[in-house]
Amino acid sequence: MANMAQAIRMALHYAEENLGVTDIFGEDVGPPLGGVFTCTQGLKTAWNAPLDERGIIGTAMGLAMAGSRPVAEIQFCDYVYNTIDLLKLAGNTLWSSNGQWNLPMVVMTPVGSGIRGSIYHSHSFDATMTHIPGWKTVMPSTPLDAYGLLLSACKEQNPVMFLIPKALMRVRGEELIAGEPGDDKQLSKMIDAPLGDRSKWKPQWPELSDLAIPLGKAKTVREGSQLTVVSYGRTLPLAKKAADTLAGEGIDAEVIDLRTLWPYDWEAIVASVKKTGRVLFLNEDTEVTNFGEHLARRVTEKLFYHLMAPPKVLAGKFVPGIGLADTLEAASVPQQGDVEKAMRELATMQP
Amino acid sequence: MARDAKKLKPVKEFKPLITKSDELPLDPERLRFMHETMLKARCLEERLIAMYKSGHGYFWIGGPGEEAFNVPLGMLIKKGQGPAFDFCHFHYRQSATLLAMGEQPLGAIRQMKNTATDPYSGGRNFAGHFSKKEWNIVPVTSPIEVQYSMVAGTALAQKRLGGDAISIVTGGDAGTAEGDFATCLVWTSRPGEELPVLIIVTNNTWGISTPYDQVQGVERISDRGVAFGMRTKTIDGNDPISAYLELKEAFEYVRTERKPYLVEARVSRLYGHSSASGANYNTVEADCITAFEERLDKHGVRSKEESKKLREKYTEEYAELARQAKEEPFPDGNTIWNHVFAGEPGKDPLAD
Repeated sequence: MANMAQAIRMALHYAEENLGVTDIFGEDVGPPLGGVFTCTQGLKTAWNAPLDERGIIGTAMGLAMAGSRPVAEIQFCDYVYNTIDLLKLAGNTLWSSNGQWNLPMVVMTPVGSGIRGSIYHSHSFDATMTHIPGWKTVMPSTPLDAYGLLLSACKEQNPVMFLIPKALMRVRGEELIAGEPGDDKQLSKMIDAPLGDRSKWKPQWPELSDLAIPLGKAKTVREGSQLTVVSYGRTLPLAKKAADTLAGEGIDAEVIDLRTLWPYDWEAIVASVKKTGRVLFLNEDTEVTNFGEHLARRVTEKLFYHLMAPPKVLAGKFVPGIGLADTLEAASVPQQGDVEKAMRELATMQP
Repeated sequence: MARDAKKLKPVKEFKPLITKSDELPLDPERLRFMHETMLKARCLEERLIAMYKSGHGYFWIGGPGEEAFNVPLGMLIKKGQGPAFDFCHFHYRQSATLLAMGEQPLGAIRQMKNTATDPYSGGRNFAGHFSKKEWNIVPVTSPIEVQYSMVAGTALAQKRLGGDAISIVTGGDAGTAEGDFATCLVWTSRPGEELPVLIIVTNNTWGISTPYDQVQGVERISDRGVAFGMRTKTIDGNDPISAYLELKEAFEYVRTERKPYLVEARVSRLYGHSSASGANYNTVEADCITAFEERLDKHGVRSKEESKKLREKYTEEYAELARQAKEEPFPDGNTIWNHVFAGEPGKDPLAD
């Protein structure tokens, strides 16, 4: 089974062959490296940009204005912050021109903790990104979802921010992407660039096909009756595992993978919370003005009389950075034990 | 802001490639078009200022004083939609360029009045913030210089397509302090990947109230392009004939060589930065229109009397257009949800 980096690479290959993607670019995105996480190895439209994030976002906007279809990469989301006003501009160009100029462009960037990346390779970006209207924001937690959501992003008429949880980049999926060989080693031999000289290497792409995972649709990854966890990205598998553990204690948790943060699947949240009456919003961005806080506010206002307990948000600590030492990282963003504890407390809270 | 010429340290001398001469090396018909369009642009901006001052608009910003440069610029643009035509990444002082391209003045007046009929933003944006997809005029924005970060994108699409279309970016001298200007120099001059971009800086020697000499150590802004191996020049933007010939040479180079050209044009700022600084006529700086009218009169191309009548004609015409716009409705508040996403109906996403 492909890991997420391979799934993204295959999606981009499909998109440049079939969906009109013209440019896949960013720092070290083109040959020989093909991206620091290997997401863009062997792609025919991949090229290396100057080390200039503002130029990367601005050029993507210009390409989109001229009828091209760019996929731009910011190497780590920690470095997207100096483009915030351009992201705002990309999000308001259609609106400010009263409908004249839409920007079909995708920006993808690795986010979050999990690789001991210290202060500038561990940031999350979902809380900030969901403050910028005019963008669709996506964050997969499995390779198959990454494949299908990226294809949908490449078909969009609007700017899409594709957040890649870097902790899950090397995790193999449990579902096969149509066309990929079942054998991991065979897939690697086909599409992973060799070490050393790659100047003559060409990938052998599998026969891939389209996969429609629409933006804005959540996925219930575990059904349950007593408690809802709404999550995405790195913390999603933590919630799933915690739900399995808690099942042994008689706690039946439902886990929803939001997948798209904007526009998000409100109906899925409503249906689940009406069923369980208890909800935890789980992510790892800093917890003050966190996206989970918005969801908790809306659930409180709209579903108050369906609730058995206050909606809970478990997110990253509101500190200026994620420290390098293992102990510091673990204390800064939700870990397996934190998730289980939060779910257990919520499940057993008495009104 | 009132300008005290004695207190201002003069900008260092520069030598345009084509020096101002007494000759008029363009045909009379072109000269008359040029002059009339400059007048139209001035009358339009003066009408917008009058609207602001009489409470028919919240804010004015524009380019009176730059007509001698902006009109020739518009005359040389290959207008149309898509990468086979020129792309225009303008800042907010470009009304004269649009008029020279053939735009009607009513749109600017409607935008000043923020009516629903404003063709550029539907009442959403400030005066001078044009957007016209049919002519590749990308939306003008208030944050100065962001256009310099976008221009490489349209130019890349144009270079791939082939043909002679180019991308044009304009901005002011103060904004070149932003990193986006460096972005533009880097991205348009990558070795072997040079892009057909006409990079323009109109240098009026002011950033709102801060004089150029106080914040910029570079003698000519155009010199910054030299380090990137691109063609550069500093020209007299107050002389429309010189500006036309200099721009023509630059356009031809970019169109045929498919490489960038950095042009700095020295211009006047005749009504201050914006309405925030009063928008009153500046009597110290050179007025390109009165100077041009002297020359046209002297050479028998257009008499001063004819020029005066033209000015009166457009002043009255635009006053009438303003009266018309004043009767037009503002956009309905419910329309704020429109055009958040293309291809999707506008609605409050949290309303349920």
